[in-house]
Amino acid sequence: MGRAYGFERTRKGLVVHIDQDERRLLQSIAQQVIELVAPPAAPADQDPLVAMVGIDMDARRSEDPAVARLFPDAFTDDEDAAQEFRRFTERDLREGKVRNAQAVIDCTSLATTGALQVPDALVLAWLGFFNDARLTIGTRLGITDDSRDEFDQMNEGDPRFAMAQIYDWLTYLQDSLLQQLVPE
Amino acid sequence: MSVAPVEIEAPDDARELDEDVDRPWICLVWNDPINLMSYVTYVFLTYFKYSREKAELLMLDVHQKGRAVVSSGSREEMERDVNAMHSYGLWATMQKDD
Repeated sequence: MGRAYGFERTRKGLVVHIDQDERRLLQSIAQQVIELVAPPAAPADQDPLVAMVGIDMDARRSEDPAVARLFPDAFTDDEDAAQEFRRFTERDLREGKVRNAQAVIDCTSLATTGALQVPDALVLAWLGFFNDARLTIGTRLGITDDSRDEFDQMNEGDPRFAMAQIYDWLTYLQDSLLQQLVPE
Repeated sequence: MSVAPVEIEAPDDARELDEDVDRPWICLVWNDPINLMSYVTYVFLTYFKYSREKAELLMLDVHQKGRAVVSSGSREEMERDVNAMHSYGLWATMQKDD
């Protein structure tokens, strides 16, 4: 009989069955997401009011495809509008993604054995973290609708193999969490 | 003695102006190969509070047609929706509804 794996709704609330190695792997991925999305420090000469309301005058579409995917242009036909939208929204978005990843690090750092409890207040942080991590790794792997079969048939000698395994594992976990959130 | 009523003529461009003000904006969500179909449906269910049927139809539209209009309204409302979609990791844009 198979052991419970992934997310499960119990009498104590939502729990996730993952072992210690997997917790460390999640922490490592979360740390990498934080390093990728953490907003840059505001320049010293910035208007304090502008900084306080979260406006980032230097926000630009990233050259890094993974970052560009996490923070896409809001307008396809108006570069100025896209730029202005970014100034007003990107810093908050980045901070939200850092908070989500940090919540997963905090949760998985608790010294517990057995199933790990996921407090209701942090469920959306976990869900958002899985999505950010998959968008980042999926973009790095170059996953497209057409390349899915290629990834499914990838052999162990492929340099992308380990990353593709992690991507599939995160996909499994995110789907497992969604099944607990979405009533059938 | 009677006072002639003052004729107030609507300026010719009034209607055009109104149309311009009222013209709704739309929020589009674009297909991508990474977001799970179950996740996209979940976002439409929880953020827009759409019925399961509508959320799934929109998700399928995104997946099969490459994009779908998920909401419409004023520019400010669409800015809010696009920002929310980005916070969920969905690839969203906004534009005037032509």
